[in-house]
Amino acid sequence: MEVRVANVRKEFDTFAALHDVSLDIRSGELIALLGPSGSGKTTLLRLIAGLEQPTVGKIFFGEDDASERTIRERNVGFVFQHYALFRHMTVADNVGFGLKVRPGATRPPASEIRRRASELLDLVQLSGLEKRYPAQLSGGQRQRVALARAMAIEPKVLLLDEPFGALDAQVRRELRRWLREIHDATGHTTVFVTHDQEEALELADRVVVMSQGKIEQVGTADEVYDTPNSPFVYGFIGESSSLPVKVEDDQLWIADRSIGLSAQGAPSGKATLFFRPHDVELLDGCSGCIAGTVAASRRVAGTRRVELEIGGHRQRVEIELPVDHPAAQKSRLAFRPRRWKVFPDTAG
Amino acid sequence: MADPVLFAADNAHESASGVTEARPARYALMAVAFVFLGIFLVLPLVLVFIQASSKGLDFFLSTLAEPDTVSAIRLTLLVAVIAVPLNLVFGVCMAWAIAKFEFKGKAFLTTLVDLPFSVSPVISGLVYVLLFGAQSLLGPWLKAHGITILFAVPGIVLATVFVTFPFVARELIPLMQEQGTKDEEAAISLGANGWQTFWYVTLPNIKWGLLYGVLLCNARAMGEFGAVSVVSGHIRGQTNTMPLHVEILYNDYNAAGAFAVASLLAGLALVTLALKTVLEMRYGAEIAATRGH
Amino acid sequence: MTTVPAQAGWRFRKPSVIPGFGLTLGLSLAYLTLIILIPLSGLAWRSAALGWADFWAIATDPRTVNSLKISFGTALIAAIVNVIFGTIVAWVLVRYQFPGRRIIDAMVDLPFALPTAVAGIALTTLYAPNGWLGVPLSWLGIKVAYTPLGIIVALVFIGLPFVVRTVQPIMEEIDQEVEEAAATLGASRFQTITRVLAPGLTPAILTGFALAFARGVGEYGSVIFIAGNLPNVSEITPLLIIIRLEEFNYPAATAIAAIMLLISFAMLLVVNLLQTWSRKRYG
Repeated sequence: MEVRVANVRKEFDTFAALHDVSLDIRSGELIALLGPSGSGKTTLLRLIAGLEQPTVGKIFFGEDDASERTIRERNVGFVFQHYALFRHMTVADNVGFGLKVRPGATRPPASEIRRRASELLDLVQLSGLEKRYPAQLSGGQRQRVALARAMAIEPKVLLLDEPFGALDAQVRRELRRWLREIHDATGHTTVFVTHDQEEALELADRVVVMSQGKIEQVGTADEVYDTPNSPFVYGFIGESSSLPVKVEDDQLWIADRSIGLSAQGAPSGKATLFFRPHDVELLDGCSGCIAGTVAASRRVAGTRRVELEIGGHRQRVEIELPVDHPAAQKSRLAFRPRRWKVFPDTAG
Repeated sequence: MADPVLFAADNAHESASGVTEARPARYALMAVAFVFLGIFLVLPLVLVFIQASSKGLDFFLSTLAEPDTVSAIRLTLLVAVIAVPLNLVFGVCMAWAIAKFEFKGKAFLTTLVDLPFSVSPVISGLVYVLLFGAQSLLGPWLKAHGITILFAVPGIVLATVFVTFPFVARELIPLMQEQGTKDEEAAISLGANGWQTFWYVTLPNIKWGLLYGVLLCNARAMGEFGAVSVVSGHIRGQTNTMPLHVEILYNDYNAAGAFAVASLLAGLALVTLALKTVLEMRYGAEIAATRGH
Repeated sequence: MTTVPAQAGWRFRKPSVIPGFGLTLGLSLAYLTLIILIPLSGLAWRSAALGWADFWAIATDPRTVNSLKISFGTALIAAIVNVIFGTIVAWVLVRYQFPGRRIIDAMVDLPFALPTAVAGIALTTLYAPNGWLGVPLSWLGIKVAYTPLGIIVALVFIGLPFVVRTVQPIMEEIDQEVEEAAATLGASRFQTITRVLAPGLTPAILTGFALAFARGVGEYGSVIFIAGNLPNVSEITPLLIIIRLEEFNYPAATAIAAIMLLISFAMLLVVNLLQTWSRKRYG
């Protein structure tokens, strides 16, 4: 089932959580809404679920205008960060709940409900736990029950709100892999919200990077990593270093010295240069490079991180060197990024 | 972490979630609740004040100035002034023993504390009659020594103490249990003795629960009717508290007079409620642990 | 100050550095004994002093039995009424926003704070044949004052806060996400409330019921004005006890009190068991 978000705006009192957001979600894809707190990603998810209503704009499930439909009718499966399992029901009853509450005509017989619940528990690798209560399960198990429960109603869309946020790191990694497997097996259109970029990049077919109520970029993991289209995305995804530069004659200048990089067509004026700390090459002499004084140097796992002060402007950047690189001992280093991006400064 | 913006205006679930009853259902429920409260709570209260003023201000004031009324008021205050501090001190003692120490039989003690609550006020009064009355064990001995307890002020005080005893203890015990012994142990380790620890460390921690308990204890002490009715003897001008006096005036077909005195008690109740609300609002977290009378 | 036993064995209490155990426990026990234990044991002793035959005669006396029926019966009905309406009131107070919510919330405690005699005369005047509510009710042919119905009304007033205050905290803690989950799974609002929320509230509702019931059984001041007090018809047990006392029939008064306590105790035991079961099942 494809989902189309059309020019949606959501206001709470006077605060706008989403400004004019549009998104096309393809049928069967696993897509991540990624962003920091306050970016509006959970709000967008809840709008798709029908737990909130857009102030302006519409949401379409296929051809249907979903705003005509109540939560019940939308048939979305929602998995909450804290599972929201029904405490006083067994695992089997939880999973079968969505089927039990169907109105008379469409309700399957009790035996059928039991069978489906068992099937799903097998799928999420929890068979044998039917009679347990949520309080007797671990966090990871509870989340799997929650997922089974959401899938039981054969939803058009599966929505997951930071599904692994309440779990510890090891369990999180396992469940990540497992979620991808389940998705590949069942083919549900799945949207999940996360603030963990590693999770998003690893899991999703496409990533929607959001910030402050707007969508910054939509693309595959490679696309948002290699070709970010805004300062925010560049800074948010992966590691980055940035420097204020001046664009002139399609060249970049720092303190009136050319650093030998093309401006990539950016207009003249102030701009910011972004590059990845590990994507640099060190140079001996410097005619057209970025030179700086070593301010700090740390060993981090298998590399060395060197902090440089550029041009005495108190601009610090980090670059990454192999651990035993001879240059690391020097007090002045010159380098040039192998890949970079320039973003003009917008006013304000 | 969920978006903080979602829960910014979360005073009632209604505003933060799209999941609530349909509007007609909401209004119906509110209507039922309001009508119920209106009939059972508001009307009687309003009636007290209207009846009290039904014969005008002069009548109201003269009723209050009557010697019997004045002595009833005095007796009520006297009883409260004795019963509340007594129960305060011993409530604190009890809470200290129960909350700061582990010993066998603690559960039994806590149950004893709740006993006056589970007994009808009339039975609370009855037990004192059985103890001190003419036909009782102690009766003849008391008579021989010229000590009157029943049908006199001492009996009334005793019965009131019995009935209001749990209020302070019940507020303090869960509160002090929750607070544990860490603060006191720290104080002791710094060299404080028992009294200093209590005064400087424990008391500030429990002061709002204490106030709360005292408030409820006082309201009940001044308003107790059943138990006092049994032990009092109903002698006008001598052994009548305000609630008993209300009964007398009412049975004398002096409804307006009865309500005049009753309005004083109702006013006290409203003040108690107001103070209670203020305390709950400002120190809610601390007192919430002891909720559930 | 405290001596720790040299060898492990039965200890009365766990040793601790905090002083004052002896003092506070001693004082507390003395106070408890004086104020509660001795008087109550006087009651027990007195009722024991009654021979079985006498005790049984008093217990089965029709007037006694009827008063017990009335006391327990009206308390039961009033507690049920309070469960129904008290739960609704708690729901409205916790979930809805409306002007004056704070004040109404505070008002729920009025029956706690208001002296019972004041409540008694107010309710009587309200429901008397010429009272503000008595008049419209008489058009419907319903007589409240001076009948058992009046007792029920008074007990509803008295027990009102118990259910509301016991249920409120539990309702406040209801997880919004659980309700949302139920909705996304296709449950109607009614289904969500009955299948998902109600079970969690059941222990609290039962507790509130028990408290309201226990309070209603022993209530005196707010009932005797409105009750009519006709023997065998609208006479509550506490009143019968007082009547026997005034007749100087101490044995009878004692016996009736003992019976009342026993029955209350038994009923509360049952409710306690119910509560434990419900907590295990739904807690």
